[in-house]
This record gives sequence, structure tokens and C-alpha cells, in this order.
Amino acid sequence: MLKLLVNRFLTALIVLFGSLFVVFSINYFLPTDVVDTLMSMNSSDPEVVQNLRRELGLDLPFHTQFLNYITDIFHGDFGTSAIDGEPVINKILTQFPDTVLLTLASICIAGAIGLTLGVLSAVHQNTIVDYVARVIGLFGISMPTFWSGILLILIFSISLGWFPAMGSEGFSSLVLPSVTLGLVGAGFIVRVVRNSMLEIIHENFILTLRAKGLSERVIMYRHALRNALIPAITMIGVIIGDFLGGTVVVETVFARQGVGRLVADAIVAKDLPVIQGVVFFTAILYVVINLVIDISYSIIDPRIRRNQLGG
Amino acid sequence: MKEVISEWKDEKRFIIAKKKLVNIRFPKFKNFFLWISILVIMFLTSCAIVPEWIAPYSPTAMRSDQILLAPSLQHLFGTDYFGRDVFSLVVHGSRPALLIGVCAVLVSSLVGSAIGMIAGYVGGIVDVIVMRIVEMMQSIPGVLLALALAAAMGPSFRNLVIAIAISAVPSYARVMRGQVLSIKNRPFILASRSIGTANSVIFFKHILPHSYSPLLVMASNGLGTAILTSSGLSFLGLGVVSDIPDWGMLLSQGRNYIAAGWWIATFPGLAIALFVLAVNIIGDSLRDYLDPKKRMV
Amino acid sequence: MGATLLDVNDLTVGFKTKNGLLTAISNIFLTIKPSETICLVGESGSGKSVMAKTIMRLIDYDNGIISKGRIQLEDQDLTALSNKELNRIRGKKIAMISQEPLSAFDPVFTIGDQLVETMVKHLKLSKKEAWQRGTELLAKVGLSDPAIRMKQYPNELSGGMLQRAMIAMALSCHPDLLIADEPTTALDVTIQSQIIHLLNSLKKEFNMAVLLITHDLGVAAQLADRIVVMYAGTIVEEGTVEQIFSQPHHPYTSGLLQSIPSINSKKEEKLFSIEGSIPNLSDMPEGCRFHPRCPFATEKCRLESPPLNIIEGQKSACWHTSDLIAKKSFSVAEKQGKSLQYRVSIKPANIAKEPLLEVRGLSKYYPIKYSRKKIKAVDHVSLKRFIKGKHLD
Repeated sequence: MLKLLVNRFLTALIVLFGSLFVVFSINYFLPTDVVDTLMSMNSSDPEVVQNLRRELGLDLPFHTQFLNYITDIFHGDFGTSAIDGEPVINKILTQFPDTVLLTLASICIAGAIGLTLGVLSAVHQNTIVDYVARVIGLFGISMPTFWSGILLILIFSISLGWFPAMGSEGFSSLVLPSVTLGLVGAGFIVRVVRNSMLEIIHENFILTLRAKGLSERVIMYRHALRNALIPAITMIGVIIGDFLGGTVVVETVFARQGVGRLVADAIVAKDLPVIQGVVFFTAILYVVINLVIDISYSIIDPRIRRNQLGG
Repeated sequence: MKEVISEWKDEKRFIIAKKKLVNIRFPKFKNFFLWISILVIMFLTSCAIVPEWIAPYSPTAMRSDQILLAPSLQHLFGTDYFGRDVFSLVVHGSRPALLIGVCAVLVSSLVGSAIGMIAGYVGGIVDVIVMRIVEMMQSIPGVLLALALAAAMGPSFRNLVIAIAISAVPSYARVMRGQVLSIKNRPFILASRSIGTANSVIFFKHILPHSYSPLLVMASNGLGTAILTSSGLSFLGLGVVSDIPDWGMLLSQGRNYIAAGWWIATFPGLAIALFVLAVNIIGDSLRDYLDPKKRMV
Repeated sequence: MGATLLDVNDLTVGFKTKNGLLTAISNIFLTIKPSETICLVGESGSGKSVMAKTIMRLIDYDNGIISKGRIQLEDQDLTALSNKELNRIRGKKIAMISQEPLSAFDPVFTIGDQLVETMVKHLKLSKKEAWQRGTELLAKVGLSDPAIRMKQYPNELSGGMLQRAMIAMALSCHPDLLIADEPTTALDVTIQSQIIHLLNSLKKEFNMAVLLITHDLGVAAQLADRIVVMYAGTIVEEGTVEQIFSQPHHPYTSGLLQSIPSINSKKEEKLFSIEGSIPNLSDMPEGCRFHPRCPFATEKCRLESPPLNIIEGQKSACWHTSDLIAKKSFSVAEKQGKSLQYRVSIKPANIAKEPLLEVRGLSKYYPIKYSRKKIKAVDHVSLKRFIKGKHLD
């Protein structure tokens, strides 16, 4: 068991290193770089450009730059913004809490709606609940967040005035954005849970459980559900990843503070270091979260946990 | 028919699970949606191919005397701040959306499956290395990766396709590798090997035909994701710049005028949603069709 | 003996399909007395599993409908009960063990949890008492270290162990009737005989009636008091073990008995099998269902379906039973004119001098992940030379 943990941890480290490599490579192999961005705002004298490059260490060979990059990251230096020179890491950390809040709220909504509907829809197949669940499932994964967000603003902010359309203050401003993201997640979860429940229901052991005289309720909600949750949990990692990316759009639409908004603004301003820094920061987060999910997955599923045959 | 004695009187609310004939019998309801989806796709494809025949106005025609008109009979979807007819804009916007989506899916599915299948089939050190690389790519959430790539490479059609394709490749690689692995060890492959069939023949004649069904399903769902990602990117300002705005750009423009004209943002978004919805419904039906029939009960 | 335990009366079961009702079994009459062991024998597709599931009213989950008949368990008619009432009977009065032991257990719960849950529900025991009893049961079915097994998960036990655990689970509430659906089919022969011994001793100890379903007449011979032979959804013969094996009354039974390969058969003899195959549910022959494959069939067999006639307690559904017994011409093989000898005899003269294939010192190891050890599958094996014309003994 310990071996498993160590193995997963090491793999995660390697993956992290690799994503660092990927992010760095994107930057390195670009036709344009930071200097060009800076220069576009000032003079474009080639001599000055060359000097600046040398100063920033941008003309060094790949491996040297990469090594520098890694050591910097290790020290928490994610580079500085090309626009206002502030350290990227500071920018990220100040915006981070709002994004965390949004993500957590969205996960709660997605999980609550998705799980309940998914289970109910599989247990009561072909009834109203099932159709509603399937519709929500389809809409959830099909609607672009920038559209559903705008719609929600139109209906609940502008027409009904129940919730604010913008801002990050207070609880009420959290509602619409988290519902927007949450519906997407709910769509995914409903589909995964429903499908795995349906598969489980046709397994042989369900017949044995029925032959034991257990009530349908116990069979569904105790046995089938627990089996169905296992593939669903792996979905959560994917969904969190989607949410982390989705905050870029949602925070823009709702003009909320947050890391996503940071990236969106950086795109417009062509502030590459910020974009890179955020992407890498997110990668670290994502790898850690997936590691946790991986580990908990092996705890929850007994088939993985103990993998030897007894005598 | 003889008299039925047994009946479920209570607990009817719980399912009576159908064992072998699951899913082949569609309730007519579901068929109805499938046909509507196919119609939607056909309509949008024609919009993409020959927008001039469908759109009543030119999308670039700006008439300053007709700004911000609400939807009416002359302007089905109203007009925007520049006096452009929103309906025509939406129709013309289908082309970039469709083009990018289809190209991205083609590239990502073909490249991704090739990588995955080769890794799975050859195995050994090749497999290990390839899968580590795939994992590394997957460590960055897809949207962000596409975003970073697009931001870095600059907005152009080719770059957008590459960015979206790259972010989608890992999942194809993983799934197809899994398929190959599961088929590789089946008895009939062993049998084929034992009579001396060449590796390449085994691959193309035996393994390939059994692997394409998950690929089709993934590709159809992938088309939806590609369209969502590409319009998302152009909403954020990373899309292709041209005088014919695509749906994402329309939405970001429309957002600025939301109080004045709700229709500018609503209808392009509706187009995206319907398109992706239709694609997903077709993908689901495809999966239902391919799966239980081939599933050995 | 005393009152009957289970009385199946003119049972007909069908499945709802797109094309209407497909009848799986028809007009089944069966009685089981307490502590009696009855064996339902038949090929795949004969309807025996459907019978088993119907008795426990489990085919309803497969779109099955009891279109006619009654199933009387002591004083209750099982066809008329609600699901709630049936759940009080399932596991408690009637229990079932099935073919594939691994898929009979929920993989995410321990063996103990699954054993306990039946007892808690039916016997109203506390979890602790049930756990204790479960451990005793596991010991009784012959599992070593029962206390440890209780805490293990299904994937940690081997097939034979799981089969025993499944038996323990079925017996946990002292059922009056145990339905065993092909319990030994998925096991290898050595384990098979262990399980048969186990079942034999347990049924005496628990004083249970057993309905054993199998296609293997050998297993039937070891366990059953009476044998019921099914074909294409109907009963074609019924009798005690001695009666059936010494003098079958139905051509199909006779054919089945002759199909059993015995250790005494000569190498040159072909294995016997009944010509033809079981008819499709939707395509039943007219008259006697066996007549297309029966070498004794006459015009009457084609037109009318024979009723069950009883001769000294042995029932069979055939028009010609008495004639055939009298003429002692019951060998289906001979009747079919099958020669039991191969045409070509093996000529020993063509044995080559040179070996065709020689294996010397072969070893095959499977490395175990993350450890230096290896599983040695084959270690330094040398095989005798294969010589053309002879097969290896």
C-alpha cells in the first residue's frame, strides 16, 4: 500500500516537471516573446532589443534558460508581468481566494444536483425524473458558459433584479457565477453517474442480492450506488480541471476578481509571463488535486487496495 | 394471450431492469430528438457552405439608421450597434465555427488515436515514454492549454486549430491505447499470430476494425467541445480576426450592449448551444447504437 | 412422507419481447418434498434456469411473465404475492446459489458484510451476533481462517472459496429449499467434487430440500434423489435416480445417458451425440417437441404432443415408451445406425525415425511488477520427442 502511494507521488512529480517543461517550451519556441511586447510600447531599435534580450537572459541556450526557470519557480519566482512589472506570483496569490471560492461553490452545486439526479434517473428509468435529468445532462455539457452566464444575468439581474450582475462582494454575487459553472459540472456528473448506475444494475451480483430478499431500496442506494460512485469520482478530477479553465470565462462575464480574470486581462494585454505563470500555477494545483483523488480512489475501491489472492 | 397472474402491485416505481434488450428499443421520444438534431446539423452545415443563400442581408452591411432594433419580421434576430442584421451575422458565423471545429477534431482524433494505438500495440519502452508525455499534457486542463497555446502563437486559423487539437489529443491517445490493449490479448489475436500472420496485417485487419467505435463516439462529442473551446477563445479575444465576426466574438460584443439589446448576445449563443447540443445528441445515439449490439451478453 | 414443500402446478412462463410473448417453459408440474433433492437436467436452452428463477419470482426482472399456473410454497401461492412479501421469503425460506461465484458478490463490500446483511434482515439479529454466526458458517463450509475471510473482499478469494462462501450465505437463514443453479459448472473437477461432498453433508445437516440444476448427469447421480429431465421448455421424464439410470423411458434421456463419455470407452470409438439441436423458442416443432431428433418418431409424434404417462412412479412424455421398453430397443445410438468405429484404423507402420519437435530445458518466467521475484511457470522442462504419426501420451 505504501508502495502505491510512493509510486503515485513520484509519478505526480514527474508529471509536474513535464508540464513545467511544456509550458516553458511553449514560451521558448514562440516567434514573439516578452521583449517584443515591451518593445511594441516603446522604441524598436534593434540594438536596444538585443541588449534587453541579453539582460533578461533570453539569448541563452535552451537548457540554461530552463534550468534558470526551474530554480526561479522553486524560489517562488514566476516571473514578472510585462505590463506593470509586478511579480506574477503576487498577482496570482491576491486573486486566488476569490477563484477558490467560486470553484468550491460550483463544485458543491454540481455535485449536489448531479449526484441526486443521476441516481434518481437510473433508479426510476423512463419516468419524468429520468427525462429531466437527461435534459439537464445534455444542456449542461452543451451550453457555453459565456452564454448561459449572460442569460442568467439577463433574467435574474436585469429583469428580476434578484442578484447582482457583477462584482465579487458578498454572497449574492457568488450565486449566479457558481450556478453557471455548476450547471456544466452537473451535466457531466449526471451523465456519468447515470451510466455507471445503469451498468451496475445489470451485473450478476444484483441478482444475488435480490435472491437474498433485500429490498429494492437497499439494493439501489447501498450496493449499486457505492459501486457506481467509483467511476464517478475519477470524473471529479476532470471536472475540477474544466472548472479551473472555466473560471477564465465566467469571471470575465461576471466581472469578478479572480485568477481567471487575471488571465483574461493578460490575454488582451498580451502579457505573456502572467499567462504562463497562471497556467503553470494551475498545473501544479491540478496535479496535486489529481494525486489526492488518485490516492483516495485506491482507498475507496477495495479491488485496487488489496491486490493479492488469498490462498 | 393467457391470463396474467403475476403483477407488480407495489414497488412499481422502482425499475424492472431489462436484461438483454436494453437500449435497442428507443422510445419514440428519443428518436424524435435525434431527427431534430440531424436537421439542425444539416441546416447549420448549409449555412456554413452557402451562407449567402440563407442570410437575407450581408453581414458587413452597417446601416447607421438601423442600430439596435429589436427582433422583428425584417430582422429576425434584430440588429446590433453597427446596424448589422444579427440573423445574417449568425448565419455567416457558422462557417468559422464549423471549420475550426471539424479541422480540430480531425487532427486531434487522427493524431491522438495513432499515438495511442501505436503505443498500445508496440508496448515496451515506447509505450512508457509516450504515455508519460500524454500524462504531462493532461496535467494542464484542456481549456487553459488551448488558451496558452493560442495566446502564445497568435490568432490565426491554423494556430487555433493546432491549439485546440493539441489540448484534445491526450484523451484520444489514452482511450485508443486502452482499446488496443484490451484486444491485443484476446485469443483470436493469439491464434492469428500462431499461424504466422505479420504484425502489420494483424494490426490493420484485426485490431483496427474493433477499435473504431469508441473513436467515433469520442470524435462526435469532441466536435462539440472543439466548438465550445473555439468560441470561448474568440469570446476572450483570441479568435481569428476578420470582418465577419464569429459567434464568440459576437457574444463578447453583445455583452457590452446587453442592457440595450439583449438579442445581440442571446442569438449567437443560442446557435452555439443548439449546434453543440445537436452534436452531442447524435454522439449519444451513436454510442447507444454501437454499444449494446456489440456487447456480448 | 409429510406434506409437500413446493408444488408447481401447470406453470407456463414467457418473456415479453417486441414480437409478443415468447414462451420459455410450458405446463410444468413439479413437487418437492421437504429434505428431498431433485435435479433438473437438460441442455442449455431447455428452460431449467428459467424454472429456478421463476420459483423465486426473479424472472420478473428480466421481463418474464407467469402466464399460467401456480407455485405453492407450503401454504402460500408465490405467484400471487407482492414484492414485499416475496422479499420475506427470498433468502429465508428459499435461497439460491448461482453459477459464477465471483459475480455473485458485491465487489466493494466484505464477505462478512454480505453474509451479515441477510441475517440481520431475516433473523433480526444484531450485527455482532450475525457476524459471529457468519464466522461459524464459513468454518462449516470448510473455509480455513474464517475470521479472516469475513474481513476480506471477494477479489481476494479464489473461485472455490467464493463458492463455499456463497453456500454459507445461502444457508445463513436456514432455508427450507436451496436452489442450486449449476453450482459446479464454473469450477474445475477437483473442486467440483469437494463442493458436491459439501452440499451432500450440508443438506442432511440443515435438513433442506435441494433443487439442483445442471446439465451434468454425473453430478446429478451423486446428489439427487429424483431426476427431472427437461427439453425445450417441457418435462420429458421424471423418476428416481435408479430408475432413470437403469432404464430411461424417454428417447431423449436415453440419448443423454449415452452421450456421457466414460473412462472405459475405447479410443477408436467416436463420442456419441444426439443429432440436431435444441429448437429455437420462437420456432417450436409441432406435436412432440423432440420428434425432429428422435429416431423412434412416428406420424403420431409429429401431430400430437404426448401427455405424461406414469409407469411405476416413473413419468415420461412419449407415445412409445411401453413398446420401446418391451422391445428393449432403447439404444438411440444403434437406432441411428451410427457406427461406433472409425473407418480408418491407425496404421502403426508409418512412424518416422526422426523427431519432429524436441523441447529441451525450457523455462518460462513471468516477472512480478516492482519486485525481483518471478513466477516460474515452466522450469527446465524437457519433453519427449514428438514423432510423426503418433500423438504424445
